[in-house]
Amino acid sequence: MERIYIFTRFERFWHWAQALLIIAMLVTGFEIHGTYKLFGFEKAGQVHIYAAWTLITLWVFAIFWHFTTGEWRQYLPSFKKIDLVIRHYAWGIFQGEPHPFKVTRARKHNPLQAFAYLGVKILINPLIWISGLAYLYYNELEAAGVALNLGTIALLHTAGAFMMLCFLIAHVYLITTGHTVTAHLKAMISGWEEGDAEHGKQAS
Amino acid sequence: MKISHLGLLAGLLFAGIVHAADAPAPTKLNTTADHSKFKELQREFGSGSEVTKACLTCHTEAALQIHRTKHWTWELLNPATQQRLGKKNVINNYCLSAGTNLGSCATCHVGYGWTDASFDFKSQENVDCLICHDTSGNYKKLPNGGLPPVKDTESPPGSGKIVKAIDLAKIAQKVGKTSRDTCGACHFFGGGGDGVKHGEMDSSLASPDKEVDVHMDATGLDFTCSTCHKAPAHDVAGSRYVPTGKDTEGAHIRGKVDNSNPATCQSCHGQAPHKAGAQPAKLNQHADKVACQTCHIPQFARGGVATKMNWDWSTAGKLSPEGKPLLNKDAKGHVIYDSRKGDFVVAENVTPEYAWFNGEVTYTLLGDKVDKADGITLINALGGSAADGRSLIWPMKVMRGTQPYDPVNKTLVMPHLSGNDDTAYWTNFNWEKAIATGMKAANAPFSGQVDFLKTEMYWPITHMVAPKEKAVGCNECHTRGGRLDKIEGIYIPGRDAHQLLDLIGWLAAGGTLAGVMLHALVRIVRRKN
Repeated sequence: MERIYIFTRFERFWHWAQALLIIAMLVTGFEIHGTYKLFGFEKAGQVHIYAAWTLITLWVFAIFWHFTTGEWRQYLPSFKKIDLVIRHYAWGIFQGEPHPFKVTRARKHNPLQAFAYLGVKILINPLIWISGLAYLYYNELEAAGVALNLGTIALLHTAGAFMMLCFLIAHVYLITTGHTVTAHLKAMISGWEEGDAEHGKQAS
Repeated sequence: MKISHLGLLAGLLFAGIVHAADAPAPTKLNTTADHSKFKELQREFGSGSEVTKACLTCHTEAALQIHRTKHWTWELLNPATQQRLGKKNVINNYCLSAGTNLGSCATCHVGYGWTDASFDFKSQENVDCLICHDTSGNYKKLPNGGLPPVKDTESPPGSGKIVKAIDLAKIAQKVGKTSRDTCGACHFFGGGGDGVKHGEMDSSLASPDKEVDVHMDATGLDFTCSTCHKAPAHDVAGSRYVPTGKDTEGAHIRGKVDNSNPATCQSCHGQAPHKAGAQPAKLNQHADKVACQTCHIPQFARGGVATKMNWDWSTAGKLSPEGKPLLNKDAKGHVIYDSRKGDFVVAENVTPEYAWFNGEVTYTLLGDKVDKADGITLINALGGSAADGRSLIWPMKVMRGTQPYDPVNKTLVMPHLSGNDDTAYWTNFNWEKAIATGMKAANAPFSGQVDFLKTEMYWPITHMVAPKEKAVGCNECHTRGGRLDKIEGIYIPGRDAHQLLDLIGWLAAGGTLAGVMLHALVRIVRRKN
């Protein structure tokens, strides 16, 4: 059985901190949106804003880390074997077939996964960040001559939140689709991805 | 040693006593003139006007200054709408109108003897100085045009109630600055009783605690009315006919010429008063849409005095089997039915209603067309909207009423209510006669027919500012069904949402969840090993 160290300490910290912050912001965000009452608007708003600034700070570090380590290349889109990956999730997984993509240090996400994360990074996150900052600073923007409709800002921000929620649901589920149910989870905790013995045999 | 010490102590004490006895009488530091020392006031006064004449010997311009103000004229031309307003002209949904009822109404006029059109508005001696400048609390005016009782007087005539004479000399010798009591003698009792009219001005403001009003707090800041309502040349600032809807000026500064209203919150607090708390900037930014009063006056009528919220004149006139007028009270002793006036609804600790308001007020005046079929007639329609850039969301007391009108001429009416004659409604209970007299005096046509229509009158709420801890919290507006539920034209987070986006969003999230659960189910069912 092979073991690969695929998630560095910073990456794991970044991931879990981000997970916590995003969940906190979804919970408080939908309360701000008026979907339910939990903490009350005022508390929810405060937590949401503090979490937002924390996440922005975390992201500044994460972006720095991605570029200095070259890890940003992990998200470069690739169609190689993507048909096999799709076939696996639609069919092979039910037959107990091993995953067709072999995780390596240089390429730790399967092509479908890389596309999904790229989508989060270049579509969902910018949408949420830009609309969120506009939400926070629309008075300042208006004073600066950029009059935006708060309803439109909120619409875009909420749309981003729904996308993030969908991503989160799918992401949490797909964690369970490793060679064991908890394999991926363990990897994000310890950093070590344990290779699939059977898969190793087939691949060799 | 001990004895000599005691002796020294006794000596010091004695010296202290002698020193105190030698001290001059304390100098008054709140005024340069002790009116009790004025020869002009050390005499008997046979009427209010005699006092005024004495005042004018020194304060030569005072009466002429008063003549220029609406406290005197009860009239004001609204420059924006060209409507002629003022107590003399407007109709409301409380006691309806001054008109022929001036004898009673003018109890609150800063003059002597205004009972009808013959009153001389040019007369200086008709000005009543004492109504505003009395500090004794003993000054009184009778419902005979506002003359003070210089001898024991039966009032109203024939009632058997004797009003004791007051000593005008004593009162005149104690004149001073206006106070919450002098302003309040009229403004707390508008509409015919304590707290009736405004809702945020009643006798509890005579000596309020901090909870009722942070500014007037008698043991704290102790503001008088004139602290905000400055009165250069006797012209008191602040108006409900031409109010300031949105003050965009900064705080007033000594030496800087500033003609903006000195009675607004911003005239002292400026445009960015929030300094502490979690998000002071966000609170300050709310000021572009929300009046200070909206958050800082969570309820009105908070001082233990109820205010009238509804007045139904259409039920007036019911008499007992013996033909006597009725007076019904609720458990707390508030009058809820009076044969002379109809049914009342009163309330304390009232949460205001809210409306966009830019300071423009358009009254429905005598002669303006009104119709029962049009629904609710607005006594004073407010200008304002989210879009005009001049409006803020203001708290309002909305006074609702049912009042008489002329269904043929389609106008509001000015009934003759009080008086010892055979047409006054309060003694004869006959609307046709009372309205005919009132309308004739107003030179207005009256068909002889009477019907009742529903009216609303808006009172922007601005007094009874609560301590900041009691300000309206975020959660009370940023929610569905909250305080600002009916405010249109703006997106309020927590209240508003794009319904279609929400539908698509929840379908997508639900679909994703259903998809992964289905996937998991197939995995479990098809599980090998």
